Amino acid sequence: MLTTRVIACFDVKGGRVTKARRFQDNVDVGDAAEVARLLYADGIDEVVFYDITASPQRRRADLDTVRAVAENIFVPLTVGGGVRNLEDMHAVLAAGAEKISIDSMAVRNPALVTAGSREFGRQCMVLSMQVKRGERTATIPSGYEVAIDGARVLTGMDALDWGRRGEELGAGEIVVNSIDQDGTHAGYDLEITAAVADAVGVPVIASGGAGTPEHVARAFTAGASAAIVSSMLYSPRLEQNYTVHDIKQALHDGFGLPVRPTAEAASPR
Amino acid sequence: MIGVINYRTGNAQSVLFALHHLELDARLVATPEEADGGDVDRFLLPGVGAADVTMASLAERGWVDHLDVRVRQQGAPFLGVCVGLQVLFEHSAEANTPCLGWLPGMVVRFPRGRLRVPHMGWNAVTRRSTHPFVRGLGPAHFYFVNSYYAIPAEDADVAGVTEYGVEFASVVARGNLMATQFHVEKSGPAGLALLSRFARLDPAELVDEMVG
Repeated sequence: MLTTRVIACFDVKGGRVTKARRFQDNVDVGDAAEVARLLYADGIDEVVFYDITASPQRRRADLDTVRAVAENIFVPLTVGGGVRNLEDMHAVLAAGAEKISIDSMAVRNPALVTAGSREFGRQCMVLSMQVKRGERTATIPSGYEVAIDGARVLTGMDALDWGRRGEELGAGEIVVNSIDQDGTHAGYDLEITAAVADAVGVPVIASGGAGTPEHVARAFTAGASAAIVSSMLYSPRLEQNYTVHDIKQALHDGFGLPVRPTAEAASPR
Repeated sequence: MIGVINYRTGNAQSVLFALHHLELDARLVATPEEADGGDVDRFLLPGVGAADVTMASLAERGWVDHLDVRVRQQGAPFLGVCVGLQVLFEHSAEANTPCLGWLPGMVVRFPRGRLRVPHMGWNAVTRRSTHPFVRGLGPAHFYFVNSYYAIPAEDADVAGVTEYGVEFASVVARGNLMATQFHVEKSGPAGLALLSRFARLDPAELVDEMVG
């Protein structure tokens, strides 16, 4: 049986993991390759990192960091940040990433999703969308609007429409990242996660707001195929951090969800 | 020395990282000439992307003929991964692509509708044969990303199975030909163990297996 997927996500700046709250006030967590290696040893199912200064500085994601992370973890690696064209995608994949996450650039240039999908396959293209809760209006019927550029700019696009469109464009997975919940540790926005999961046929990844294993479980019961966790794993700001093992044990024992046992990650090579 | 075939859209680098992590001798080979140096004695075909692009890329670089000699005629151990499994069969429904045809059978798409496609994530593999490649393979989870799956015509070629709406062949093995639908290089310690097993298999044992 296909198991629930727990994905660790971190923001990287100059090769180091930083943690932001609602896209602001970053604190340093540690060396990216070292953080990834520890999570791998702990049984994480997948790793995503965003080079948060790549886009603002109009450059590619830091390939040395991609390589340093990829050399040490043998689970899928997704990289986001600074992807503007097929050449950038080539470079990131050649450095050892499996998937490319595109967010603001997909809104600016939707053809990029299609081009990447044709060249590398749908499974390579992860459409990440930042969604902001608001009023249901004629143009935003779901009540959730897509934002770009670190949640600073609203696009006037409906999140549900954009999710459907992303699948049509060629995305193989869709990340629903709630701006309102991000960094709150109060749980994912289940309403929009469930709505997108119902609307598309590709896997949907819940993101933003997980603070406890129960939040993670609720994402799966809402229809997500995978859930992104970050603060709850390592944020020094949080009173309680959880290991990957803690999370999976709770998913399995508390909620009856299928997991890849962390014992399999710890077995000798 | 394992030659990791490096073609346009494969993820050869990830495979090389995994082999080097295991301290195995491996290098990337982009063309048959690069594999002809004498040290490459087994091949790994990584796979990402579509069957038609993969087949075109292999043909363009002269791999189809080279591998036919080295693998099929001379018996060099071969491991195909993901699309590298699918192209071993006769035909893929993906872009209606004629494939290598080293194994009888075809490749079809998961049914539309109830299932999310691609099949993406960690799924269980159950051993189905006594081929040396899967000897000792316990129940474990491996990382899959596939919209298509192979239906081998010969049951004996099915070395492992996985369930996703249907039960499909996730490992195939016949003599010196081995392949996994999942990404061995991205399947944690369980995947690394299989890679290590492939690297250490005795070709003589594989030939015996083929005869037996």
